[in-house]
Amino acid sequence: MNEEKQEYTITVYTENQVGLLNRIAIIFSRRKINVESLNTSPSEVAGIHRFTIVVVENRDVVNKVVRQIEKQVEVLKAYYNTNDEIVWQELALYKVLSEEITEKVKVERLLREYGARAVAIRKDFIVFETTGHREETNRLMEALAPFGLVEFVRSARVAIIKESAGFHEKLKDFEKREPGEELIENEYLGKREAVFTM
Amino acid sequence: MEAKQLTGSQAVLEAFIAEGVDTIFGYPGGAIMPIYDALYDYNDKLKHILVRHEQGGIHAGQGYARTSGKVGVVFATSGPGATNLVTGLADAMIDSTPLVCITGQVFAHLLGTDAFQETDIINITMPVTKWNYQITDATEIPHIIAKAFYLAKSGRPGPVLIDISKNAQLQKFDYEGYTPCNHVRSYRPKPIIRKEYIDAAVALINGAKKPMIAFGQGVILGKAEKEFKKFVEKSGIPAAWTILGLSALPTDHPLNVGMLGMHGNYGPNVLTNECDVLIAIGMRFDDRVTGRLDKYAKQAKIIHLDIDPSEIDKNVKADVGVWGDCKETLPLLTLGIEQKERTEWVNLFKDYAQKEYDQCIKDEIYPKTEEMTMGEVIRIVNEVSKGEAIMVTDVGQHQMVTCRYAQFNQSRSNVTSGGLGTMGFGLPAAIGAKFGALDRTVVAVIGDGGFQMTLQELGTIMQTGVDVKILILNNQFLGMVRQWQQLFHDKRYSFVDIQSPDYIMLAKSYGIDGAKVEHRDQLAAAVKTMLESKGSYLLEVMVGKENNVFPMVPQGCSVSEIRLK
Repeated sequence: MNEEKQEYTITVYTENQVGLLNRIAIIFSRRKINVESLNTSPSEVAGIHRFTIVVVENRDVVNKVVRQIEKQVEVLKAYYNTNDEIVWQELALYKVLSEEITEKVKVERLLREYGARAVAIRKDFIVFETTGHREETNRLMEALAPFGLVEFVRSARVAIIKESAGFHEKLKDFEKREPGEELIENEYLGKREAVFTM
Repeated sequence: MEAKQLTGSQAVLEAFIAEGVDTIFGYPGGAIMPIYDALYDYNDKLKHILVRHEQGGIHAGQGYARTSGKVGVVFATSGPGATNLVTGLADAMIDSTPLVCITGQVFAHLLGTDAFQETDIINITMPVTKWNYQITDATEIPHIIAKAFYLAKSGRPGPVLIDISKNAQLQKFDYEGYTPCNHVRSYRPKPIIRKEYIDAAVALINGAKKPMIAFGQGVILGKAEKEFKKFVEKSGIPAAWTILGLSALPTDHPLNVGMLGMHGNYGPNVLTNECDVLIAIGMRFDDRVTGRLDKYAKQAKIIHLDIDPSEIDKNVKADVGVWGDCKETLPLLTLGIEQKERTEWVNLFKDYAQKEYDQCIKDEIYPKTEEMTMGEVIRIVNEVSKGEAIMVTDVGQHQMVTCRYAQFNQSRSNVTSGGLGTMGFGLPAAIGAKFGALDRTVVAVIGDGGFQMTLQELGTIMQTGVDVKILILNNQFLGMVRQWQQLFHDKRYSFVDIQSPDYIMLAKSYGIDGAKVEHRDQLAAAVKTMLESKGSYLLEVMVGKENNVFPMVPQGCSVSEIRLK
């Protein structure tokens, strides 16, 4: 159970309410878990917010944290996934001096190689953007460093769960005035034969 | 029809009446004055108890909730009034006590300006409330208060804090009546019971040779005492309790085998590590119950019944987690299980109980020493009260002794600060406990340390005339810390030597009768006088200075390494 620490992406569907960010944040800070990345945005359902939180922890800890998050009154549902269960992207912006690019052919080649797109072109500097996984955006940052990278910033991760059917159906379920049918994961229940022999 | 115009303050009080609130514990101040002004006209419908400190107010609210089974309601003003609630909120949060606390707040236009008595109570109380919310517009009041009561009492109960800015209290609006809340879409108080949990649990129980039950406050909070008793009696399984579960099953029930944990009974602790199936019901495997986790019930299959899914697998991995309200899950289990008598296994508990009695309990409740013991005082209380009294305890040695030895015939009779271990809880909680159960005798058992933390509430007793029997067990030490210093810190008694005022004179100055007992020959009569007195009474009993509470599971040890001496 206590496997190695790895990146987990936690997806939380919530009501849009003041203070909820703090309620979720203290669940991590109370356990001294560092949040690697945090994004809040609208979700596929109008009026429902979606948090995407990345932490490096083992499954047991993440599982407990996610249950604590789900326990918050304004949280509808929380999921956690390993990297192979999601599709994710981060966006990075790079500010480079214009003269470096115009003078050095290598820089231009580099930007093309990484699929960078110019989003602002000025006489003195140019801002490029790339999207990708952290390693990809990092690599371009490192490659640009010798050529006077003036500023660099990367967004939080946004992620889509491969197996998810979206939240529309789930929400209908939540709006029913009766207890829900979902079950807590119970590893034992899948292999009851093994347990009943005493 | 034209809607009635009400102020925000009036709407708060109308909501209370609609929710069946009869008692409010509170303390006025600047930012909550409009509510208090409105209260002036509701005096005939809502009883307000003026406490002496907001911490006293919230502990009283807790005591009220615990004995009445209703939601405790507390008022405090902004700033220091609100921050004084924090200890009580944390206590109610960890002990799942339903509370609705209303705090005043500065005018909305002053929020964030460091106004007089402004504090960000929403963020301060976020980790210690089940839910909290700030109202700055009176039109929100009816549905937010409705939501507050619903959240406080449904699912796993807990404290809710509603902060209302002064302008919202004063604001007039079209009041369209009060509709109680019974659904919040993002909140699941409980699930539909899944048959696979029940089937799996039933199969484990029916196959068990040496099963044991560990029950907690969930049985009481779920109002499932009857369902629980049926389950215990049909299954024939010995049942041990956490201190918050105490009184859910009468203490003299033949299958009640006693207390779990650090100062619990010998049998249940040792046999936790011998049972083959451990059925945990509405308890959360607190570290004071489990001792060392990696040596806790490792041989047993664990069935864990809880309404809060985040408790299942939190500390102890469950083989079968039965998520649900135990009022619903227990009857389903009872239906499925076979009727059994487990005489041999139950007798093993009795053997351990006898051993514990001979080596430990006998000297505590019938001491041969000249010094009096806490245990003998509680024994005498039992003899007079016949197990009918509500026992409210503070925190420390007297708390463990009371939980160990007090007898209870009915549920909701043991009120104590379990999870948070809040010294100073006892006296104010006892006041609230009495208001929550006016027809019952309430005995507050308190140590000399804890009593001095909140003794200002004697003023509340004086002013309201509430009938609380105060039993101070004075060992002239902060006894529990002293015990640890003796056992684990080479008797280096660092700042545990605490002096007391003349409690009897103190009580007299508040108009409360009292007596001090220093010799055994006066004890029984004095306890009787206390319990039979009309109105409040303070009895101080001088007990042995360096008596220890045993048995004890030392910290870092397994429950089966429990020491009798």
